[in-house]
Amino acid sequence: MSESSETKKVPLHERHVEQGARMVPFAGYSMPVKYGKIKEEHRSVRTSAGLFDVSHMGRVEVRGPEAIDAVNRLMTNDVTALTDGRAIYTVMCNEQGGIIDDLVIYRLGEDRLLLCINAANRQRDIAHIGAALTGGVEMEDQSDQTVQIAIQGPKAEEILAKIADTDLESIKFFRCRKADVAGVSTLVARTGYTGEDGFELYLPVDGGEEVFDALLDAGGDELTLCGLGCRDTLRLEAGLLLHGQDIDESTNPLEAGLGWLVKFDAKGDFIGRQALEEVRQQGTSRKLRGFVLQGRGVLRPGYDLQIEGEAVGRVTSGGYAPTLEASIGLGYIDREFADADTVDIILRRRSVSAKVVDPPFYKRSK
Amino acid sequence: MDFEIPDNYRFTGDHEWTEDNGDGTVTVGISHHAQDALGDIVFVELPALGAVVEREEDFGVVESVKTVSDLYAPVSGEVVEINEELEDAPELVNESPYDRGWIVRIQMSDAEELSDLMDADGYQSFLSE
Repeated sequence: MSESSETKKVPLHERHVEQGARMVPFAGYSMPVKYGKIKEEHRSVRTSAGLFDVSHMGRVEVRGPEAIDAVNRLMTNDVTALTDGRAIYTVMCNEQGGIIDDLVIYRLGEDRLLLCINAANRQRDIAHIGAALTGGVEMEDQSDQTVQIAIQGPKAEEILAKIADTDLESIKFFRCRKADVAGVSTLVARTGYTGEDGFELYLPVDGGEEVFDALLDAGGDELTLCGLGCRDTLRLEAGLLLHGQDIDESTNPLEAGLGWLVKFDAKGDFIGRQALEEVRQQGTSRKLRGFVLQGRGVLRPGYDLQIEGEAVGRVTSGGYAPTLEASIGLGYIDREFADADTVDIILRRRSVSAKVVDPPFYKRSK
Repeated sequence: MDFEIPDNYRFTGDHEWTEDNGDGTVTVGISHHAQDALGDIVFVELPALGAVVEREEDFGVVESVKTVSDLYAPVSGEVVEINEELEDAPELVNESPYDRGWIVRIQMSDAEELSDLMDADGYQSFLSE
């Protein structure tokens, strides 16, 4: 992955370099990790607005008269509950109930869905989805033909409104609409991965620079270019999970606190249902919880959790939370200790006490 | 990118610097390049005063928003002073890596070890490798 020949450039690559980004390999792409200081980029999103190029994400359209039913069988959430212009967050499981990916599905029409999937899982997801689709339903990987730009933060709507030819206020949370943005036909969605209000824009590659430049121009001092570094600290504060770290095929949605995404009652059969029903009956063997470090140091993935010297779990995500000015983390604790109020976390050579909480760590004021 | 490298300092391959205080002690910190690579530093774990350190062994930790990095002793000896200012202001390592962001002072047990470190020119070419 560190070989430059193996890392792909996103369509906005030149813009990132011009803007002084530090580019790092991430999920096969060369991506901006930061333009300035991560802490400042983070703060801008919480207090004003930030602009992210998240074109490394995978974008797949599924089309056909039976597209919705076909995708519904792959997902734990109820895709049939969507109406045009609405989106849902869901997980896609294997037969054992393990999480292949977590994704957002947008309903573009009665026979058309857009799936936004994790960059690192793109090939795996496409193979899995492709294998399950039956005649008349087709899938198109649009990742290379489109860009995805996120504008996030309390001033996102005000800034985007200057160049979007639609009433943004009427696009409520987890809804989307096709509209012209800086003259480019764009899918405007009120979604994101930061815990703030904001939008994600899906548009063709050849309109990317146009929209990117127009947003920077419209935002002026109120809009800060943001890299993947603060995207991670923002999502962690908001208690949003990261596939490959907090969840993967060895974890199930019930232990990950994503039981609300599994619609046992509303849906018929779906891949993983039987395994997940067994988990539901028996109870999960562990539970994802949040940690706020009480001493000095920073939590990192892989650190062990202990209670009275006994190993009880492990940190899956951790870091410094700029808004909270504390070190926070997510991780799984064994069932019998899942309700503990405190846990010891082994930071390299020290054991430090942490408060056990339920994520999110940060909730924006409405 | 060009990074500042003071002429009179000596460097390790792990990007620690030493300044010879001329009294058998060296001041130790991390280089401009190292702090830049780490990004916003949020915590420095310092050794205890009086701790005995061995050359090339880890004696502390620097945590940034992005990542964690061990500190390796450039020379063997005893920690005779720690920069307590870093406890409340770890960002000094970013802002002033060669001066106010110093980390420890070590009383050397073998001053000869200093000559094994890279001088400024050596470190400059090491960085451009």
